[in-house]
Amino acid sequence: MIHASSPAHPAPVETTTGLNNRKLLMWIFLGSDCMFFGSLIATYLLYRGKSLVGPYAHEVFNIPYTSISAFVLLMSSLTMVLALSAIHRGDMRGLKVWLLATALLGTVFVGGQYFEFTTFVNEGLTLKTNLFGTTLFVLTGFHGAHVTVGIIILLSFYLVAARGRLKPEQHLNIELAGLYWHFVDVVWIVIFTVVYLTETPNIVT
Amino acid sequence: MAMNHTAPTSERAHPTPARYTAIALILAVITVVEVAIVYTKFLQPVLIPLLLVLSATKFAMVAMFFMHLRFDNRLFSVMFVGGLLLALAVIIALMTLFGVFFA
Amino acid sequence: MAAVSGALPRWLQRPTTYSGLWGWVVTVDHKRIGVMYGVTAFAFFLVGGIEAVTMRLQLATPANTLVNPDTFSQLFSMHALTMIFLAIMPLSAAFFNIIIPLQIGARDVAFPRLNALSYWVFLFGGLLLNAGWLFGRSPGAGWFAYSNLTSGPFSPGSGMDYYVLGLLVLGTASMAAGFNFVVTIINMRAPGMTLMRMPLFTWMTLVTSFLLVLAMPVITVALIELGFDRFAGTNFFRPEGGGDPILWQHLFWVFGHPEVYILILPAMGIVSEVLPTFSRKPLFGYPVVVLSGVFIGFMGWAVWSHHMFTVGLGPIANATFAITTMFIALPTGVKVFSWIATMWGGSIEFKTAMLFAIGFIVLFIIGGLSGVSHASPPADAQQQDTYYIVAHIHYVLFGGSIFGLFSGMYYWFPKATGHLLHEGLGKLHFWLAFIGMNITFAPMHWLGLDGMPRRIYTYNSNMGWDFWNLVATAGSLLIAVSTLVFLWNVFTTMRKEKDAPADPWDGRTLEWSISSPPPIYNFRTIPNVYARDAFWHQKYVEGSDGRPRPVPTGGATAHSEGHEAAESPHDIHMPGLSYFPIILALGLALTAAGIMIHLAVVAAGVLITFFGIYGWAFEPADPE
Repeated sequence: MIHASSPAHPAPVETTTGLNNRKLLMWIFLGSDCMFFGSLIATYLLYRGKSLVGPYAHEVFNIPYTSISAFVLLMSSLTMVLALSAIHRGDMRGLKVWLLATALLGTVFVGGQYFEFTTFVNEGLTLKTNLFGTTLFVLTGFHGAHVTVGIIILLSFYLVAARGRLKPEQHLNIELAGLYWHFVDVVWIVIFTVVYLTETPNIVT
Repeated sequence: MAMNHTAPTSERAHPTPARYTAIALILAVITVVEVAIVYTKFLQPVLIPLLLVLSATKFAMVAMFFMHLRFDNRLFSVMFVGGLLLALAVIIALMTLFGVFFA
Repeated sequence: MAAVSGALPRWLQRPTTYSGLWGWVVTVDHKRIGVMYGVTAFAFFLVGGIEAVTMRLQLATPANTLVNPDTFSQLFSMHALTMIFLAIMPLSAAFFNIIIPLQIGARDVAFPRLNALSYWVFLFGGLLLNAGWLFGRSPGAGWFAYSNLTSGPFSPGSGMDYYVLGLLVLGTASMAAGFNFVVTIINMRAPGMTLMRMPLFTWMTLVTSFLLVLAMPVITVALIELGFDRFAGTNFFRPEGGGDPILWQHLFWVFGHPEVYILILPAMGIVSEVLPTFSRKPLFGYPVVVLSGVFIGFMGWAVWSHHMFTVGLGPIANATFAITTMFIALPTGVKVFSWIATMWGGSIEFKTAMLFAIGFIVLFIIGGLSGVSHASPPADAQQQDTYYIVAHIHYVLFGGSIFGLFSGMYYWFPKATGHLLHEGLGKLHFWLAFIGMNITFAPMHWLGLDGMPRRIYTYNSNMGWDFWNLVATAGSLLIAVSTLVFLWNVFTTMRKEKDAPADPWDGRTLEWSISSPPPIYNFRTIPNVYARDAFWHQKYVEGSDGRPRPVPTGGATAHSEGHEAAESPHDIHMPGLSYFPIILALGLALTAAGIMIHLAVVAAGVLITFFGIYGWAFEPADPE
């Protein structure tokens, strides 16, 4: 069989729609991931208030604390988009700074989640305590896993960039990493409201 | 469907860093408002709808500006919003079936 | 991540071999991956068939003791899981792989390595799901594994663990394939191939891929929750901890009903290619058939609770889902009429592929009608969990999906292998399968209406079920014989020399415009498409009497070759081979298996997965 060896610079593949294959893949993946988090959120909502024993949501939630970590993740979306903006301008130093800042904010978020989980466990809420514990830990845990994967991706790109191996023409890589990162952020926007904030009437009264 | 454009639909000019920062500022303000209204007594009757609207606004702003859906090809929006709406429909249908809304 | 330039370590170099077994391990060629999908899936089809025949032998006579009840539970569970996840879905995937790039005029899929990854993950997932036969016990709670049958006291041992982990791994493979084919079909079409010029099989693959991408996450979540219940002691589906077993049913069928269309739409696509070819007529009402397929895919999300009519969801929920379910019969009926109208007035050639396609229509109508009968909740209450349901699903999945897939096998076998299957043996295969299938499954209608529950391992002779059970068993043996005829046909055909012409059936779509089997780069020049049934219009013009006339010699080139000179094969850039799909798949499967075995195995699996991902990201685009 013939194997055609490549020319030095393979021509960019033209697509039917003119859209990049990888970017289209990323958007379909995010659409699919909506169904994933949708199913987890559905489980949480259906089991809301169905726990047989405590501790219940209003007894353990610390809204000011979670608000700050939600804010941290929201700001990481800004640093992410600034990283993309930097590589579009060919500003590789800016890219590295903003990538690292995004990964750092993400790490603060995951660290905060770890601390929150530890606090919950100390207050007697574990994965097995009741339906609230089960659904909360699984939902937020899978979100935290998504954030962790995002941090690994960002740090990988930071290292590649730091070794001078990332060219400004390869901005699509950063764009796709950014799409994933922003998606993880919007999922938290939903979780923060639907899981945490709507619980507050029970806390205040 | 806008699937058959032959010319690559180059995205319209991306916002500047200053613009991005302004958007992030709005998002931050909305978050502050969200947290503030949950502690506001007289808003309690409409709290949940209000929170959902605010959070949907944040969601939409991140998707439109930070994820560039506003500037990109419509097909990307179709792929994402399709999955999103289906997930929403399934959640609402399940909540209805489980009697969450009227039990 | 794109490759980075500069000196690369040796292990990152792309493999270059195309020959021998190793050439298949590192391949990213869609045609080879398709063949691997097909062979593997058919092997699993045989395993599922052996499980089925064993069950039929057990049920042949009353109070039989061939297998014990526990084994019987594992047999019917594994039979269904194998046929659905390891036979029908991957056989469809085999056709996606082999045919889609050829039909849309592309040189490969959008993501060749992802394609290889799908296959290897499917293979390892299939082995993991079946590993229970070797190590203790297999899943025995049925394919939809209702809670709380799946919890510890009712499913002791590790049987259900294979279900949870095997299906999680298989789901990953399906999603990867789904992503790949959505992008491929949207983005890799030849110039001029607009959406409404796409062949029907391509259309149905697109719809199926969307369903895969959107439905698989739901079962993934359900399985993760079940996994937490089994491995971490949570109470998602356990009433003793407040959990609701009905939630499992909902999540399962939110996935499960789109899954039904994942199983049937590819077969519908195949039939929509075969019928026009052998009727020498274009498909009747192409736009309507396309829209019906899209509509079926869409409506598939709104009917799931019809699997749960007897759960007690209440009259409003039952009525709603009954209406949506009856509604979905409309687009299905439209398709059936379009197929029949396609044959009407055509010059029909009864090749084996055509026989299977016609068989598909006949059997699918029967299965569809019995399906409509349990769209009505009161009727369903009578039929639920009886052999009537077993009859229905086998008319649509065996008479439907499998007949459609066999039609595709006879139709595209020459394109994939360069060999034409023997027509005489093919027709014998068809008639044995068609008769055997009706003898096996038609009596199950009356057995079910007579009250025989599904999934019982035996029955007393005073129930009046003896005769039809014996008949059904005899029929199942006939199906087994028909499958042996097919295997013999494939075996003897492959030993002969390659004799298939490029276009053995006077085909209508682009895959017939290139040699059988196609060269590795498929199309020397990417074709320009000017019409639906693109290849047909290169060959024929409409005469004054409205009948097709062959294009005069030389005239065809104006359309087919385009205006640019054909590229030399040496300049065609093909994707490089890769080790990393199989490494990554191995890592994922090992991680899943490790959850059952030991944390150290999980750690090893995660390490291999990371190695696979980074190797994948950093290997160069081409061998250096």
